[in-house]
Amino acid sequence: MSRILPVEAHLVLADGSVFEGESIGAPAPDGVATGEVVFNTVLSGYQEVITDPSYAGQIITFTYPHIGNYGVNDEDNESRRPFCGGVVVRDLARRHSNWRAGGDLDSMLVAHGVAGIAGIDTRRLTRHLRDEGAMPGAFGTADQATLTAAATAETGTDGIDMVAGVTCESPYTVPSTGGDRRIVAYDLGIKSTILRHLSALGEVTVVPASTTAADVLAAEPDGVFLSNGPGDPEPLVGVRAAVSDLLGEVPIFGICLGHQVLAGALGGETFKLPFGHHGGNHPVRNLVTGAVEITSQNHNYCVADGSISAVDLTHVNLNDETVEGISCQSFPAFSVQYHPEAGPGPHDSRYLFDDFERLMATHQTRGR
Amino acid sequence: MPRRDDIESILLIGSGPIVIGQACEFDYSGTQACRVLREEGYRVILANSNPATIMTDPDFADATYVEPLRLDVLTRIIAKERPDALLPTLGGQTALNLAMELVEAGVLEEYGVELIGADAEAIATAEDRARFKEAMIEIGLGVPPSGVAHDLNEARTVIAEIGLPVVIRPAYILGGRGTGMADTEEEFEKVASEGLAASPISEILIERSIAGWKEYELEVMRDRADNCVVVCSIENLDPMGVHTGDSITVAPAQTLTDVEYQAMRDASFACLRRVGVETGGSNVQFAVDPATGDQVVIEMNPRVSRSSALASKATGFPIAKIAARLAVGYTLDEIPNDITKKTPAAFEPTIDYVVTKIPRWAFEKFPGTTGVLGTSMQSVGEVMAIGRTFPESLQKGMRSLENGRSGLNGDPAEASLDQMDDEALLAAAAIPTPTRILQLEALLRRGVTIEAVHDATRVDPWFLDQILSISEERLHLDSITVEGGGIGSLDRAGWRRAKRLGFSDAQVAYLFDVDMADARSAREAAGVWPTFKTVDTCGAEFDAETPYHYSTWEDEDEVRPSDRTKVMILGSGPNRIGQGIEFDYCCVHASFALSDAGFETIMVNCNPETVSTDYDTSDRLYFEPLTEEDVANIIDAERPSHIIVSLGGQTPLKLAGTLPGDLVAGTSPDSIDLAEDRERWNVLCGQLDIPQPPGGTAADLEAARLVVEQVGYPVLVRPSYVLGGRAMQIVYDDPQLERAMAELSDFGSLGIEGGLSAERPVLIDRFLEDATEVDVDAIRDHTGEVLIGAVMEHVEEAGVHSGDSACVIPPPNLSDVVIAEIEDHTRQIAEALDVKGLVNVQFAVKVAGGEAEVYVIEANPRASRTVPFVAKATGVPLAKVASRVMVGATLAELRTEGLLIDRVDGDHVAIKEAVMPFDRFPEADPVLGPEMRSTGEVMGIDLTTGLAFTKSQIAAGGALPESGTVFMSLADRDKAVGLEAAAGFVALGLELVATSGTAAHLRDGGVEVREVVAKIGEEGTDAVELIRSGAVQLLVNSPRGRGPRADGEQIRGAAAAEGIPLLTTASAALAAARGLADWRTYPLAVRTLQEYHSGVLGPGST
Repeated sequence: MSRILPVEAHLVLADGSVFEGESIGAPAPDGVATGEVVFNTVLSGYQEVITDPSYAGQIITFTYPHIGNYGVNDEDNESRRPFCGGVVVRDLARRHSNWRAGGDLDSMLVAHGVAGIAGIDTRRLTRHLRDEGAMPGAFGTADQATLTAAATAETGTDGIDMVAGVTCESPYTVPSTGGDRRIVAYDLGIKSTILRHLSALGEVTVVPASTTAADVLAAEPDGVFLSNGPGDPEPLVGVRAAVSDLLGEVPIFGICLGHQVLAGALGGETFKLPFGHHGGNHPVRNLVTGAVEITSQNHNYCVADGSISAVDLTHVNLNDETVEGISCQSFPAFSVQYHPEAGPGPHDSRYLFDDFERLMATHQTRGR
Repeated sequence: MPRRDDIESILLIGSGPIVIGQACEFDYSGTQACRVLREEGYRVILANSNPATIMTDPDFADATYVEPLRLDVLTRIIAKERPDALLPTLGGQTALNLAMELVEAGVLEEYGVELIGADAEAIATAEDRARFKEAMIEIGLGVPPSGVAHDLNEARTVIAEIGLPVVIRPAYILGGRGTGMADTEEEFEKVASEGLAASPISEILIERSIAGWKEYELEVMRDRADNCVVVCSIENLDPMGVHTGDSITVAPAQTLTDVEYQAMRDASFACLRRVGVETGGSNVQFAVDPATGDQVVIEMNPRVSRSSALASKATGFPIAKIAARLAVGYTLDEIPNDITKKTPAAFEPTIDYVVTKIPRWAFEKFPGTTGVLGTSMQSVGEVMAIGRTFPESLQKGMRSLENGRSGLNGDPAEASLDQMDDEALLAAAAIPTPTRILQLEALLRRGVTIEAVHDATRVDPWFLDQILSISEERLHLDSITVEGGGIGSLDRAGWRRAKRLGFSDAQVAYLFDVDMADARSAREAAGVWPTFKTVDTCGAEFDAETPYHYSTWEDEDEVRPSDRTKVMILGSGPNRIGQGIEFDYCCVHASFALSDAGFETIMVNCNPETVSTDYDTSDRLYFEPLTEEDVANIIDAERPSHIIVSLGGQTPLKLAGTLPGDLVAGTSPDSIDLAEDRERWNVLCGQLDIPQPPGGTAADLEAARLVVEQVGYPVLVRPSYVLGGRAMQIVYDDPQLERAMAELSDFGSLGIEGGLSAERPVLIDRFLEDATEVDVDAIRDHTGEVLIGAVMEHVEEAGVHSGDSACVIPPPNLSDVVIAEIEDHTRQIAEALDVKGLVNVQFAVKVAGGEAEVYVIEANPRASRTVPFVAKATGVPLAKVASRVMVGATLAELRTEGLLIDRVDGDHVAIKEAVMPFDRFPEADPVLGPEMRSTGEVMGIDLTTGLAFTKSQIAAGGALPESGTVFMSLADRDKAVGLEAAAGFVALGLELVATSGTAAHLRDGGVEVREVVAKIGEEGTDAVELIRSGAVQLLVNSPRGRGPRADGEQIRGAAAAEGIPLLTTASAALAAARGLADWRTYPLAVRTLQEYHSGVLGPGST
């Protein structure tokens, strides 16, 4: 029996912590892959996570040790390709098994040039990030000195417009699968599952982040959607300005980064969480109904509670009491920090798309 | 929503005796519930017939009824206590069924008792298979095509519609009893009849078989505000067709995409809502077609279950505890997550390890059984193992089983399948049996492809590839030795890879042909050490407060030992016949008592069903295999001052020799050996001048013959160092002796455990026929004071294993002089063995010529199976006292402290009765013998021996008939006692039928016999026909020696199959006759343990 010998690799964090492992996925250029190291606690859904554009610039650590068990398929991609800086796992499946699978995870990483590292004590890494906060890191087959230098040089995401790297170049249309609405969706790094939900409400025109309010309104949409996306909302000056102009003109629904942008347009402030929320098990209370929703989450930045005056707080995270949802008092606009579309994650909050539909229905006559 | 203030008292029903399909997981859930409800300020009334449970400890409820779990008894308890509410969802199927009976009988309505947790409508929807299916179809969930039948004709109509193969499931059963699969019409007729018989309402569901599909289970919780969460997903390694209790199961689900998993999650919530489970935990089982992903719902339980215990241990999310809080009105978001303290329980645990559960079976105790696994559960226990990866947890699980394996391979037993060729092995693996997992590994190790193995077994290729990674590593290690590399050539990377795949030092040592100690030092020299991680419900996202640990081979060790004085308690591992909940009770009590006394307690165990593995029980919990290496690693990590090995049965005792001697608390390992080593023990008894039955030891047949020449037949033959009378038998002649010795020398499991050898000879003793067996539990402290816990008289005579015999406190037939002599011998033996802690001594009292002679059979300086029974009967917390004594306290000090109280002076009698699993093994002869075969026990307690005995029989499920016909067939030497019993039955108005010899004897004695029953094969109606026709309500059949065994076996088999109470000894028959007489004289009375322990006096007392 031939044993495939693993290629030794290391992960080095900006604070000098070193983890040993072995190389998986695509070979990193010069044996070095860099990014901000974060962890995600989902038990299933690695393909959706890896292909989620919100991870641009980040190295994703999976806390669940076995990754790749059910392979990858064409339907579960959240975007046209992965944007993340790399993948850290404890164990990459040698063989996958699932009727939906069209290939294995390793090949997908190779095909898209995503480097990875396996064999890592991911629990140690997670505990470290939890205690010290998400931080830049570098991994690969390069020597430790090179990796350390790369980790130290890595800037992280603060103050950087990461959206520019993931948004579409030009508008495109997703046909309706049900409803009659016309929706314009700002692509700040939009996930396919969101588009699936929106297109059930009507035809969706996906536009680049740089699209102006005037261009959006020219299309006479029933509603505007602000998508999820990577990084810090602070530098997204253009889209924030556009949203300010759209407020009151058209119903708006935002998710994740879109929520932060909406909050920003309303004058709210954002701050960076120590290690973010990345997983599929975070409890959120709907303050309107009192119900608890188990949610899918993926964000490092967060809207500061009380920083906006003209909104109602609609959703709150039960773990750390951070803001999870807001609703404008004077405009038809609302947003949530978490991911009601799931992909991956629980379906508890899908009613928010119905809420968007209702909002568009209520404001339809006034809008036109 | 806050706690409900409109209810003040809550009745909780436990699950009764440990039986297959319902084990100590319900003690775990019930104990948690009792604790929580009392914390919330409710008055808790508990009913459970099982004295070995922790929940029936008088400290855990306000009113504790150790009474039979039967409608009339429960009605009496409700009438007396007037509870506001009944919580039926924490005591397994038993509690659920009883609750439904109480509803149907109008009892709850009459006394205004509210069902909380699940209402009658919800229970009926979930439990009635037809209603459940309809409900699932109504909400759009997939179900296998099926039909319901109430008799064979209806069943045939269903088959005509849906076709074969089918699965047949009776309604209202537990553990899949009476469930079966049928491929042919003949099989169908048989299984359908059995199913109809097994269902209390004669209803079966006939379902198109989906054997071979993948099987999943979700543990779900719901609160009053309709918040739902999934606590844990479980994927079975064994595909559909094997009962989930008999399957190797893995958490979390491994081979579902998130899309499929979320669909299953949505379906499970929909199911919960439709069934109407208002609050609490439920499990929903699914099957998935591996080719298309089609999902169907198989069943749901609207209550906590064996899987919810597993899920709680697997995730750290205490389902039963939270279910109890939800039942009294809280919502999930109002309850804090115990482990993080900072976050609410309204979340879904995420884990960063893999949990594997492996069942443990006891087929070797039931000759005649096939050992084939199916839809009816047959395992008697289980282990759970935690590893960072599946291979690691699987191998840890294999060595946790304590069946002689060090892992999945790499041990002497790995060769056991070598003689089978690939084809035969593949064919064998296609049939699910306990050895299938080993067959899979052997096939893959031989190079048989994953595809071929998958095709034959339907085990998912992902699991097979993971197993293959273990096989490949084993072959790799082997190749190093072939190339001449010694253990020293294994470098850090090599060791790390093997350890991370779950290889034990023992496996590596075997492969390199070195001692385990050498392997360990080589590993340490290579710089590879174990690390301990924490179970924290959240994948390390939050800081965990609860120290619940498992070992693995990573970079970071999270354990920081405290500087307190620590006591480590080694648990009893998987439940098995002979070693079950009683020992967990002792370990848990030790933990409580030592914690109260200021020690830090560290529990080590691998049984997910138990209270001991609740992270709340001890200061620290290590969920680890109980092997030399794993225990040594924890000792290194924690540096305890004391290690308790004598409370967990044979498991920790076997490890005593591998532990640092100065750490072993209480009685020294040498004293333990002194009691176990036959030669040394004989010398000791000689010195003390205590008579023993004559006997000797033998390592082979020739030596055995020599012993028999001296002592004469009959003899009792038994291996040393076993528990539960494993392979013990009474031998009456030479051919039997030959057979016995042959069996012992190559007995599968015993062979693996060391079997017969010069170091472990067979013990051969003259068997004392007709002697009364007596058990004593006592505690001796280091000053030499001895506390006699109780002297127990067995109902069945010597020769029936003490674990299978009913026993009575106080002894009804022993004179004060004999009792004094027994107590005196016990003191002497405890002194001579320098016992510090518990000791159990067994005696046989033989009356000859009017003189009672007391013989000592054996002494065991450790906790015995009867310790919890004695504690419940007398009110003295023996296990707590013993644990304190073991770490240095004196009995006098404990008396002053108030922990040790005097036995109460009341009139009550307590009888422990064994509960046998014969209904699960219809092929096995249900006769009692020297090999223990009971799975559990019940206690009957009342003011006369007769009443207590009758209660014990009701509680054990063999309620004695108050009218009807008794069939008697007695061995010659039983006929005297049998006559008295028969006269008693007739006096009560029962009628007798008997075999010719017995009938003649009874008639000679002046007892009327209605009918003489033909021997099997003779003219006329024979006993088996009589039983099957329903003409007999009670069977007394005592087989003896060389008697007509085959006849007896058929008769007893028929009784077991028809569920007719069967007494296999004349003494039990006499106790029954007396019991029935008392039962008729006195009205049914129920009393709490708290009442008995304060001293209840009978009507005759002054």
